[in-house]
Amino acid sequence: MALYVFPPADDPGPSFVELLRRAQRDIALPGSSSPLDQVRRATTIAALRYAGGVVVAGDRRATEGVSIAHRSIEKVFPADRYSAVAIAGAAGPAMEMVRLFQVQLEHYEKVEGAALTLEGKANQLAQLVRDHLPMAMQGLGVVPLFAGWDTTRQTGRIFTYDLTGGRYEETDFHATGSGGRDAKTTIKLGFREDLTRVEAVELAVESLYQAADEDSATGGPDPVRGIYPIIATVDATGFARLEDEEVAERFAAILSRRGQTTTGGSSP
Amino acid sequence: MTMPYYVAPEQVMKDRAEYAQKGIARGRALVATAYTDGILIVAENPSRTLHKVSEIYDRVAFAGVGKYNEFDQLRVAGIRHADTKGYAYSREDVDARSLANLYAQYLGQVFTHEMKPLEVEILVAELAPTGENSLYHISYDGTVVDEENWTVLGGEAEAIAARLEQAFDPTWTLGAAVKSCVACLAGPDRTLGVDDLEVGVLEKSAQRRAFRRIERAELSSLVAA
Repeated sequence: MALYVFPPADDPGPSFVELLRRAQRDIALPGSSSPLDQVRRATTIAALRYAGGVVVAGDRRATEGVSIAHRSIEKVFPADRYSAVAIAGAAGPAMEMVRLFQVQLEHYEKVEGAALTLEGKANQLAQLVRDHLPMAMQGLGVVPLFAGWDTTRQTGRIFTYDLTGGRYEETDFHATGSGGRDAKTTIKLGFREDLTRVEAVELAVESLYQAADEDSATGGPDPVRGIYPIIATVDATGFARLEDEEVAERFAAILSRRGQTTTGGSSP
Repeated sequence: MTMPYYVAPEQVMKDRAEYAQKGIARGRALVATAYTDGILIVAENPSRTLHKVSEIYDRVAFAGVGKYNEFDQLRVAGIRHADTKGYAYSREDVDARSLANLYAQYLGQVFTHEMKPLEVEILVAELAPTGENSLYHISYDGTVVDEENWTVLGGEAEAIAARLEQAFDPTWTLGAAVKSCVACLAGPDRTLGVDDLEVGVLEKSAQRRAFRRIERAELSSLVAA
């Protein structure tokens, strides 16, 4: 690794991505390899707002075609102290994108001496998704979900993206990935503006339960192996991931409710 | 055609060194010291926005004295080096030693080959995972000195170092260390208020990013306690 000193006209400023472009001889940027047939895909992710922040949730399953490729993959990450990013789509490039995004935010903060605004972070991620478009056209799309605490507006905000890098702000909630539709409907039915943190977490858990119930690529709670979806909250105190025990308790509550019906709520 | 004057290399180096030393001596000093829970850096700096002390990476901090634009360029280059290295390999592979060597090479290169040496002295401080501290003190000519407990950079460094040597105690708490460092910086003839200071710490207790600025309110209570 070199000591990177640039002439002022060519200086990348606080952008880590631009820095990597100039340092390309050392490190390859994501998005420059060819796609493979067997690609691991990450599935359902969801986010919703509550009175004092946002909840971000993701199941733990990765699939390769019709097989389960991994049972405990992580799809929800802290982007920085006040934001979280969740991923759906081709797992390899998605994780690389998250890694680059995390470094980019921290790099900016250190070089500039102040963190980006939430809006700025959301736009940064849009640029990374846009740069990924050539790979997306070859079937390796990455669709992140970005949520965080806006320290200036004092509110939680959620941003979604499409394959072209389009960035859309959601007012209250969103879910995406293969089980996204079921998760989103569940949240839609249970959503209120004045949800507390606990209620919002419960709703997120329920949405993943429903998604796993309907979608084969979404992993449900796995008490045998002790694997549970990742649920995180971002509020004025920052990013916090819920302990597995806490998530397990919430799932146990759902299961016991279901167990009280005679059929368990099956449709066919 | 006029012939250029011959100047002996010894003289060139001496002139450059004097030039750099003068520039550095005009600026205000800073001290860094180990304390029970990490590493403390105290700089005399009346500006709240133009920092002398800053974060490079998870467990690495930077401090500079002398010409602001010159050490700030080195600070940014250090962050770039650390972030690209951590991104290409892993976060654990980023260390202060390799960064200190790069700084030393760059400063040495500029000192011998450029018209004007950089009028800076910099510090790369690292809180190693095992608890061993390293303080790399790098001079304008690329000389590196590796200290374990404390170091002083900038104007009147010798007098401050003499005071700090007396005061240093490896088991002091943050409060005691701050008060002592401020007294050492100020010397017997003047006092330094909270507004004249910039303070940063690398804390052992931190999860990942160990660097933290001690803001004015906290600093006031530490100095007053």
